[in-house]
Amino acid sequence: MTPVFYVLAALTLAGGLATVLLKHLVHCALATTVAFAGLALLYLQLDAQFAGFAQILVYIGAVAILIVFAILLTRGAELPKDGVFSRTWFVGLVIAAGVFAVLGWAVLESVRAVPQQMAVPAVTVREIGIALVGRYVLPLEIVALLLTAATIGAVIVAMHEKERPKP
Amino acid sequence: MTTPLAGYLLVAALLFAIGLAGALTRRNAILVLIGIELMLNAANLNLIAFWRFGPHPELLTGMMFAIFSIAVAAAEAAVGLGLVIAIHRHTNTTDLDKMNRMKG
Repeated sequence: MTPVFYVLAALTLAGGLATVLLKHLVHCALATTVAFAGLALLYLQLDAQFAGFAQILVYIGAVAILIVFAILLTRGAELPKDGVFSRTWFVGLVIAAGVFAVLGWAVLESVRAVPQQMAVPAVTVREIGIALVGRYVLPLEIVALLLTAATIGAVIVAMHEKERPKP
Repeated sequence: MTTPLAGYLLVAALLFAIGLAGALTRRNAILVLIGIELMLNAANLNLIAFWRFGPHPELLTGMMFAIFSIAVAAAEAAVGLGLVIAIHRHTNTTDLDKMNRMKG
């Protein structure tokens, strides 16, 4: 465990906590971006350069922008009158704490049994590209189809509806 | 803290719990979607950590899984935010506590 890992983990978790706790939605979107950036840096720390840069491109470049657009289009920048947390927030908090307790227990109990390879894996982008169009070509095509369908679907769902005559 | 793998897995578990808490406790539909995104990201961190410290990193299995998961999460975010905008146009609110009718 290096000090860099602790710094990046603290950055990511602070971004996540700020996302959940802040009141203004625009501040929440900014905190989410910090969490996404921290995760991308953690991927780089794990020697997964391609995944790290994909994370930066997709999440910080696209998803964060989409979230800001959605916030502004739904006038979410105004503060709600009756609080930002739902009526049943305590139940949600208990469920989340229980899930974390179970996950943490499972990790700490089982991690000794997993063999760990400390050598840095030497993977180039070239190898990833060859694997993407070789072994993983079918999932790649399915993801392409899914992204096309999702783009068209998102546009159709968010499109203005014409007034239909009442039956 | 015992091993690097345990450290990354614990960070992922904590991020997952934070995302779950956000999805379960916030009123705003956009914040619920952001919580789900955080949970997906925590799962990706798990995949990459297992790829890095697992026995056969040259097979790229965990890395590929994470890359496809990022693509699927992007599609999910686009459709989810489109749905939130459509609901806001219908009911003029994004407060989930006020969305209690299925009739449009």
